[in-house]
Amino acid sequence: MREMFESTIDRLLADHVDPALISRAESGEWPAELWAAVEETGLALATAAEEHGGVGADWGDAYVLVRAAGRHAAPIPLAETLLANWLLAQAGLEPLAGAATVADGRGLNMQRGAVTGRLAGVPWGASVRHTVTVTGGQSPQVAVLIDAGASATPGLNTAREPRDDLTFTHVIPEAMAPLPAHLPPDVVMLGGAMIRAGQIAGALERLLDLSVLYANDRVQFGKPIAKFQAVQHQIAVLSEHTASAIAAADAAFSAEGEGLSAFRIAAAKVVASEAAGAGAAIAHAVHGAIGFTYEHALHYSTRRLWSWRSEFGSQAYWSERLGREACAAGSAGTWPAIVSGGFSAHVR
Amino acid sequence: MSLVSKFVHTELPPDAEALRQEVRTWLATELAGMPQVLRAQSWMGFDAEFSRRLGAKGWIGMALPRKYGGHEMGFFHRYVVVEELLAAGAPVCAHWIADRQSAQLVLRYGTEAQREKHLPPICRGESSWCIGMSEPDSGSDLASIKTQARRDGDGWVLNGRKLWTTNAHNCHYMIALVRTSDTGAERHKGMSQLIIDLSLPGIEIRPIRDLSGGEHFNEVTFDDVKLPADALIGAEGDGWEQVIAELAYERSGPERILSSVALLNTLIDAVGPSPTAAQAQAIGRLVGRISALRAMSIAVAGQLAAGESPVWEATCVKDLGVGLEQELPEIAQLVTDIEPRVGGGAAHAQVLAYITQMAPSFSLRGGTREILRGILARGLGLR
Repeated sequence: MREMFESTIDRLLADHVDPALISRAESGEWPAELWAAVEETGLALATAAEEHGGVGADWGDAYVLVRAAGRHAAPIPLAETLLANWLLAQAGLEPLAGAATVADGRGLNMQRGAVTGRLAGVPWGASVRHTVTVTGGQSPQVAVLIDAGASATPGLNTAREPRDDLTFTHVIPEAMAPLPAHLPPDVVMLGGAMIRAGQIAGALERLLDLSVLYANDRVQFGKPIAKFQAVQHQIAVLSEHTASAIAAADAAFSAEGEGLSAFRIAAAKVVASEAAGAGAAIAHAVHGAIGFTYEHALHYSTRRLWSWRSEFGSQAYWSERLGREACAAGSAGTWPAIVSGGFSAHVR
Repeated sequence: MSLVSKFVHTELPPDAEALRQEVRTWLATELAGMPQVLRAQSWMGFDAEFSRRLGAKGWIGMALPRKYGGHEMGFFHRYVVVEELLAAGAPVCAHWIADRQSAQLVLRYGTEAQREKHLPPICRGESSWCIGMSEPDSGSDLASIKTQARRDGDGWVLNGRKLWTTNAHNCHYMIALVRTSDTGAERHKGMSQLIIDLSLPGIEIRPIRDLSGGEHFNEVTFDDVKLPADALIGAEGDGWEQVIAELAYERSGPERILSSVALLNTLIDAVGPSPTAAQAQAIGRLVGRISALRAMSIAVAGQLAAGESPVWEATCVKDLGVGLEQELPEIAQLVTDIEPRVGGGAAHAQVLAYITQMAPSFSLRGGTREILRGILARGLGLR
């Protein structure tokens, strides 16, 4: 399924996403035509259950969709919608028609079936109709909130992607079901970190392509700068970061079993976040002044990397979490955890 | 498919995973009480008896055909065994090179007679091999080697000198890259690989002390050494291509991630179960990177198992692995207040001292970082 997904999404995004479209999205315009094209392919429902009209794809297949969205800097919540519909499928709820988003709702207060509280920095929170969240407390619920029922404070990340605060006051979810036992209460953090790692891998692929092209094209001292060893080695390091992010994210998306692998996701977000910063720095160094202009397309990718690396847990958050587990497990438990992809089976 | 896309996630197959617990249990007994500082030597630790016992278990030459003493168990079975050996710090040096690459080379390019002669002792863990590449005037510029074998009747006469040959003083055979004809400006031609029996007359092996006082690498001098016809492995003049293919085995294995894992282990235990945020972040970052590198290494193993020659990908893994391993002692001193100690002291202090001193060699063996990045750049279309 990967190949079919990849060729479909790549063609679609290549056809629709260009600097003009991204710029319009940055100034607040919802790219309706692009989203409609995505919906037409059915890919927005890739992770939705088959009995509900979805494709029923697992994350291993959906990885290429998320990565392609990152590669093309597509200014739409495709990855968020995939995560939202996957969560709904896990909880036995119907998928959402149209674009959706996700938020960690452990801070929400649920009383008599109504939700009160604030969701911070929700991707496209005010642009899409629905937010899928997982509430906190003793019996966490997967809940579908209608964003029109919230008061929204708009916010933007460095790529000027909407990151809105949504405040709900006694809002009754449109749909709700208990969080299934195989999913942890922080499943939105995990899923969110996973999709951001996948998008980072894609954006780094774009940086690598752009940097190789530019270095071969730009002539200084009478030859393409690609012929200078210092430049070659910088781009070689960029390729290493790109490959690391691709592999680490692939491992997270491809984890077997139902649910998500917290260990592999933590590792992927740690590695991808570091690669994002280092990779963006190299790409800008290679591109020189032209890469610092708004006119050149490089920044559409680098500005995304500078935010995606921090969203759904920064490198500090995930490395600390992983490190605390390693220290609790001791050296005897750490290697087995690396091999099996999780501490839980080996601690205690 | 772009080069970076070739790291496709590969899970070790269940039948290979099934071996893991057996290996761990066996190693727990074999290595019981072995100090961390000896475990830190990893694949530089030489113990011929250990290699024989490992061979008797059937864990050397695992992927080789049965008729040569192998076990036809597939590439991933070997991967599982090897990474468990390294993670435990087993002294694998006596069979390491033979198992990793020499046996592959003999199987791929050797004649039937060469296979029958060399592969069974390798599988029994009785035959130690080293690789003769660098020379006094040829390090990174390997194609400038001068050691020469000229035809002498059916056989060869070898003259020259190999340098920095790891473990030559303990080995039975060296596979050396040598000049077999003068090709003038075509410097990548005219080279061949020879299997050299290191007990032959005219060979002098002189260990060279490294900065820590240890003796691991050597200067090997060849003075009119008479070699039989079957010393040639592969085709005469194809040495360069054979060496390049061999490097994919040398550069992508789990030792590129795990040769300093002992320091991560002692660091974790020195920090203890209640780390500061900075300590947890540093350790978590290392665990994350090792995890990602392992995924990459297994992806390359999958390509090798499929008969591909993932030279670019293996080079990528090697350079990333060196970065990790050389950074480990730096990170250790950044997040703990423990002084390194030689010849005694706490486990972490000793391992820190050992790995700190060995770290410069990580970017020498298997190619310098500059050479590796040059290979990556060429693959990317920059050279």
